[in-house]
Amino acid sequence: MELLAPAGSLAALKAAVDEGANAVYLGFKDDTNARHFAGLNFNERQLNQGVQYAHNKNAHVHVAINTFAHPDRAQVWFDSVKHAHDIGADVLIASNIAVLEYAATHYPNLELHLSVQASATNAAAINFFKPFGIKRVVLPRVLSYQQVANLKKDTELDLEVFAYGSLCIMAEGRCYLSSYMTGESPNTVGACSPAKYVRWSETEQGLESRLNDVLIDRFNDDEKAGYPTLCKGRFEVDGNLSHALEEPTSLNTLELLPELYKLGICSLKIEGRQRSPAYTRQVTRVWRQAIDAVMKDADGFKTQDSWNKQLALLSEGSQTTLGAYARSWQ
Amino acid sequence: MKLSLGNVLFFWPKDTLLDFYQHAKTSIADTIYIGESVCSKRRELNLNQWLELGHDLSQCGKQVVLSSLALLEAKSELAVLKKVCDNGDFLVETNDFGAVELLSSKNIPFVAGAALNVYNQHDLNYLYKKGMQRWVAPVELSKDWLMKTVEGCQELNIHKKFEIEVFGYGHLPLAYAARCFTARSEDRPKDQCNLCCINYPQGRDINSQEDETLFVMNGIQTLSGKAQNLINDLPHMQDLVDVVRINPNSVESLTWLTLFKQNMQGNAPLSTAGYCNGYWHKISGMALVG
Repeated sequence: MELLAPAGSLAALKAAVDEGANAVYLGFKDDTNARHFAGLNFNERQLNQGVQYAHNKNAHVHVAINTFAHPDRAQVWFDSVKHAHDIGADVLIASNIAVLEYAATHYPNLELHLSVQASATNAAAINFFKPFGIKRVVLPRVLSYQQVANLKKDTELDLEVFAYGSLCIMAEGRCYLSSYMTGESPNTVGACSPAKYVRWSETEQGLESRLNDVLIDRFNDDEKAGYPTLCKGRFEVDGNLSHALEEPTSLNTLELLPELYKLGICSLKIEGRQRSPAYTRQVTRVWRQAIDAVMKDADGFKTQDSWNKQLALLSEGSQTTLGAYARSWQ
Repeated sequence: MKLSLGNVLFFWPKDTLLDFYQHAKTSIADTIYIGESVCSKRRELNLNQWLELGHDLSQCGKQVVLSSLALLEAKSELAVLKKVCDNGDFLVETNDFGAVELLSSKNIPFVAGAALNVYNQHDLNYLYKKGMQRWVAPVELSKDWLMKTVEGCQELNIHKKFEIEVFGYGHLPLAYAARCFTARSEDRPKDQCNLCCINYPQGRDINSQEDETLFVMNGIQTLSGKAQNLINDLPHMQDLVDVVRINPNSVESLTWLTLFKQNMQGNAPLSTAGYCNGYWHKISGMALVG
């Protein structure tokens, strides 16, 4: 079972590899990457260094080219595929038909993983993408544990699931909330609730966070103010104020680990390319220990309190959830 | 340009649905989309009843298209999707690539729905070869994006080989989730939802703390807080768009079919205060231009 860690920078990549990640995933510094945030990601030189560093320590590098090609600039996506191939990436993670078709046609030896952004949640959808030579499917965070188990029986492709990190509550690749409010979405520019639209202001009612002038949340002095990701704002429904869509929280599947392992899930993905190298280091360390423990003795596996404590500290809103894996969350 | 009536996205009681379609039958819509695309638990009409309704509408000269479920998670949902795809009579609007797979593997033509991620001419070329007859553009795409896509289609010699449809009027489907927001808003788990969406025939508004309606919750679907209205943008759609869709939230929505028809050439513009059209103009979707 692979531990796949996020690398938003060369420093994060090195931290992940040093802490025992089997593979890291990363993207270029442009809108071919669904985590296209200022100050993050890799240019050509950094990518070269990163691939060498990872390969020297027997770790794989997965390159995510997982936004959707623009009609007048599709060549940028195709060139990125070439770039990933030429630089020695082990895997290409893609979601767009145009990108998958290009990769399959031009670089048939480059291993292809179907990105979570492709939103393939069922066996028929997986079969649709199979002709591109997909080896692995990254499952959207909308399936319950039982549904993941059922899907495992219905496809011979490898399955990768999200194990830990910030929680997208919407089916990935199928959420336009961000572009509705700002004009920019994960699919088109690789960003959700982009920082350039964020504004903070101290007011008499508290600290206000706004996205493109829309009030997302308002915090009292004793509350920890979170980034205004728009699905995690506090809104009113018939006069009731609440986190109407989702609370600021992170996914944590440690307690499901033995089941995921026995199911034959091939890879556990840690979310967080937008986080610091220190985050990557600490999360990778915990999950390395946990995966080693489960691989040694799945039936005797016990979640250690220290792991959960460390992960909770690194979590959004300092709380974690099993997310859609648990029916009760849905 | 033709006009279509989108399938009802909300959960309406059977009688309301049947009454709605009695009116729709006599409307000027060229195409009527029917069926359930949001939640598999919504079964006020079963598939046979939808098909029966489809035949009725078809006899009134309407092109009938069955819209398929957008987010498929359970095996039972896939089984229903197979039945929808095998209906034998009506074109299917595919809202998940699973539906495209089921249809194209049997060489059955299909409509590529707005919930599919199709963003460029290469995607369209691939789907055209699989049997796509019409592409409903993702709701976040602008006129500019569509024009560039069409230019790309011309280069690939697939321009005009399939129709292009855009959402012209109504609340825009923005997202799908595992979680049922409506059940959660009533403190119910999804598995014990009591089908409570039926109490909200136009969804539940999600407002900011400044009383601005941002979104509308509709079960597992999140819709735009404002309805989009492209009535005054119709004159700029000529030669670009083949079909304009009206998404109903009540029987009154049918009036917009007529209003849209009257303003195809720009002869009967209307005030669109309170609506949005930002996506079409390449800015935030909730904005209004003009």
